[in-house]
Amino acid sequence: MAKFFAVTIVIIAIASAVPIVMHMWPMPQDISTHGHLIDEQFADTMIEAGVSFLASQFLLAYFIWRFSSSKPGDKIKRFPGGALGLVVAAFLLVGTEVLALGVFGAKAWANVYLTPPAADAVLVQAQAGQFAFYFRYPGPDGKLGPIHPDMVSEANANFFGIDQTHDQDSKDDIVTAELAVPVNREVHMIMHSKDVGHSFYVPELRIQQDFVPGLDVSVHFTATKIGRYEIVCTQLCGLGHYNMKAYLEVKSPEDYDAWIKQQAALQ
Amino acid sequence: MHDTSAHAVQHGAPTSFIRKHVFSLDHKVIGKQYYALALVAAVVGMFLSWLMRIHLGWGSWAIPGLHLLSKGGAPGDVMTPEYYLQLMTMHGTIMVFFVLTTAPFAAFGNFFLPIQTGAEDMPFPHFNMMSFWVTFTAFLVMAASFIVPDGPTLGGWTQYAPLSAIGPAVGPGQGWGVVLWAASIAIFCVGQLFGSLNFITTTLDMRCKGMSLMRLPLSAWAWFITSVMGLTAFAVLMPACILLILDHVAGTSFFIPGGLVVSDHLVPHSGGSTLLWQHLFWFFGHPEVYIAIVPGMGIVSHVLVTNMRRPMLSHRVLIYSMGALAVLSYMVYGHHMFVSGMNPVSSLAFSFPTLVITIPSTIVVLIWLGSLYGSKLRINSASLFSLGFISMFISGGISGFFLAQPSLDIMLHATYFVVGHFHLVMAVAAMFGIYAGTYFWFPKMTGRMMNDTLGKVHFWLSFVGAYAIFMPFHYLGIAGNVRRYQAFTDDYLIPLIPVHKFITVAAILTGFAQLIFIYNLIHSRFWGEKAPNDNPWEGTSLEWSTATPPPHNNFGATMPVVYHDPYQYSVEGASADFIMQTSPEKLNNPLEEK
Repeated sequence: MAKFFAVTIVIIAIASAVPIVMHMWPMPQDISTHGHLIDEQFADTMIEAGVSFLASQFLLAYFIWRFSSSKPGDKIKRFPGGALGLVVAAFLLVGTEVLALGVFGAKAWANVYLTPPAADAVLVQAQAGQFAFYFRYPGPDGKLGPIHPDMVSEANANFFGIDQTHDQDSKDDIVTAELAVPVNREVHMIMHSKDVGHSFYVPELRIQQDFVPGLDVSVHFTATKIGRYEIVCTQLCGLGHYNMKAYLEVKSPEDYDAWIKQQAALQ
Repeated sequence: MHDTSAHAVQHGAPTSFIRKHVFSLDHKVIGKQYYALALVAAVVGMFLSWLMRIHLGWGSWAIPGLHLLSKGGAPGDVMTPEYYLQLMTMHGTIMVFFVLTTAPFAAFGNFFLPIQTGAEDMPFPHFNMMSFWVTFTAFLVMAASFIVPDGPTLGGWTQYAPLSAIGPAVGPGQGWGVVLWAASIAIFCVGQLFGSLNFITTTLDMRCKGMSLMRLPLSAWAWFITSVMGLTAFAVLMPACILLILDHVAGTSFFIPGGLVVSDHLVPHSGGSTLLWQHLFWFFGHPEVYIAIVPGMGIVSHVLVTNMRRPMLSHRVLIYSMGALAVLSYMVYGHHMFVSGMNPVSSLAFSFPTLVITIPSTIVVLIWLGSLYGSKLRINSASLFSLGFISMFISGGISGFFLAQPSLDIMLHATYFVVGHFHLVMAVAAMFGIYAGTYFWFPKMTGRMMNDTLGKVHFWLSFVGAYAIFMPFHYLGIAGNVRRYQAFTDDYLIPLIPVHKFITVAAILTGFAQLIFIYNLIHSRFWGEKAPNDNPWEGTSLEWSTATPPPHNNFGATMPVVYHDPYQYSVEGASADFIMQTSPEKLNNPLEEK
C-alpha cells in the first residue's frame, strides 16, 4: 500500500508538470512592451517552483517507499544534519530564492506602476459600470472635461456624465465603446468606476488593474501588435460580471487617426 | 502550570438530556457539536460546489429539482447567472467559516485541547457552550438568506464594497442577503472570540502538573497559536461587518464614496472608502488562511508522530515555525490587493513578507520530511491522510511563489490560478487534516473504530480526485481564465471549456467519495468495531491515558501528572516502543532536541 502510494505521488507530480512543460494551455501572446519582463519573471519562477515541487514530492514519495516497511527490531535513524541542517537549508535555499524573485520581480512591477507615463502618451479615460466599459478621448484640446455624476444617463447616452454645453474641456471629448490605441505608442489610461468595483484585464497586454469607486487609478502601456483583443472584467461586479467585456483595437497610426476622426464626427 | 490539587471540578456531571447533549458545558460534547455542525456545513458546501461545477461544465442543463431551492434563481431548473454567483458566495462562505474554521480548530480543539493539557475542562464552560450556540445561530442566519426575497448575496465570500454596501440596486441578494451575511459573520466572530479566549486560558492556565508548555503535543500548540490568531483576526472582521450593516440600515457611508451612479440614479452616500473594506477584510482574511491550516498542521504532526514511531526531528522548530507563520500572516495580507488600486509601493512592501513566509512553511515541510526519514511508518487511514496533507500543502504552497509577486499577480490575479492555489493549500489540505484527525481520534471520541478499508478507499479517491480537480485550475489561470464567471463567453476562454468539463466530472466523482466517509462515520459510530483498548494507536499523549470515551472530568478520580515530552517513541533502553507522558519511567532520548 505504501509503495503504491509513493508511486502514485510520483505519477501525479509528473503528470502535473507535463501540461506546463508542454505549454498545453499557455499564457496568451504578449503584445506589450513591458510584458516580456513579466513573462521572463514567470518563467524563472516556474523553474524554481517546478524544481521545488518535483523535488519535495519525490522526496516525500521516496521516504514513504523506503521507511514504511520496517521490522520490529529496526532502529530509528536520524536525518543527516538534523533539524538545524534543515533550518539552515531552508533559510539559504528558499531565502535566496525568494530574495531573487522579489528583487527581480520588483523590476517588472516598477516598469508598469512606478514609472510616469510619457508626456506625449495618448490620454484616454476608461469607465467601468455594470456591465459595460466606455472610453473617453480628450479631443484636439488634449483635456478631459469634468464628470458630473448627476448627469450620467444611459438613456441619453451620456455614459460619463459630461456637460458639453457648459464645460469647455468637454466640448470636443469623444466617447466610445471600444478602446482603440495606436500601435507602438504609449497610452496613459485613467480609470474611473461609475458604480461598484470592476477590473480591466487584457491578458495579451499583460495589464490587470481594478477600477476603484471614488478613486481614479492611472496605468500606462504600449501595445506592439496590431489586432483586436478582448478586455474583460475580473472584479466581481454583479450578475452580468461574466459578460462584461469590450475590445482593445490596436491600430496602425494612420488607421488610428482615421478612426478618431470618424468617432469625433459621430459625437 | 497548575497544581492539580488546586483544580476544583467546575461543574458536576449533567443529568438531564438537555444539559448533557444540547446545552452542555462539557468541552467534549461541545467539540462533537462543532464537528456535527461542520459536517452538515461541509455537505451543504459540497452540494453547492456540485451545482456550480455542473453549471460551469454544462450551463444549459436543467438540474432536476433545482427550482425547489429557488424559483427565481432556477426557472425551469436552469441556473440564472445571478444564482450561480449566489451559490458560489454561499459555497465559499460556508466552507471557509463553518467548515475550515469550525472543524479543525473548534471541533477537535474543543474535544482534545483540555485533555492534552491535562485539564478537566475549559476555564469558562459557559462561554464555551455559548461559543457553539452562537456559531450555530450564525449558521442559521446564513442559511436564512436562502429564503429571503432575492436570496443570498452574490458578492463572493470576500464581499467587496461598494457592491456589498450600496443595497439591492446593484444586484439580487445585495439587500437582505448582504445584511444577513454580515450579521451571520459578525455573530460567528463572537463565537470564535469566546472559543479563542477559552483555548488561550486553557493552554496557559489549566495545564496539569508536569505539563510545561514544551511538553504540550503539537496539536495543542497548533490550537493555541490558532486561538491567538482567532482572537486578533475575528476582532477586526466583526466591526467591519457591523459597519457594513450600518451602511445598509443606518444610512452611513463607511464603504461608499460619493459620486456613484447606479441605474442612472445617484447613490445617496458620500465620504466612504472602498479600499477600507478590503484592508479590514484581508487583515482578517489572511490570518484566516492560517486559522484554517495551522490546526491541520498540528493534527497531522500529532498523527504522523504516532504513526512514525518517533518524535519530530525537532519539536521546538515546528512550534516556532507555526508561530512565525501566525505572526507573518498579519504582515502579508496586502498581497490580496496588489492590483486593487492600493499604492503600488505598498504592493512591493507586502510582497516581501509574503515571500518570506515561505521560509517557515518550508521549514515545517522539511521537518516533516526529515522526520519521515528513518522512521517506522505505519500505514492506516489516518497516516495516509496526513501524508496526503503534506503532498497537498507542498503543491498548494508552491504556487504561492507566483502569487507573492505583484508583477506576476498582474497576470494571475482573479484567475483560476488563485482558486487552485487556495483550494489545495487551504481547503483540501485542511480537509485532509480533518480526515486524519477523525480516523485517528474517532475511537477516543466514540469508543469505536472506523472501518480502515473504507477509510483507505476514501483516501485514494480523495487524493487522486483532489489533484484531478485542482491542478487543472492552475493551467486555466495561466491561460487567463477569470474566476467568478458563470459562463465562458469570451473568445479566448472558449477553448478552455473542455478543461472545465473534465474538472466537473472529477469534482462529482470526488464528491461521491466523501459520501463513503460519511457512511463510514455514521455506521462506525453505532455499529463499528469496539476500540480494543484506551490506546489503539499506541500513542503517548494524555488523551490515550484516559478512559474511552473520557469521563466527564476527563481523567476520573486522579488528575494526571506528566513526566515526559509528548512523543517518546522508540526510545533506546526504554521498556516499550512508546512511553506515555504519564509514565514515571526515567528516559534518555537522544532523538529529541531539548
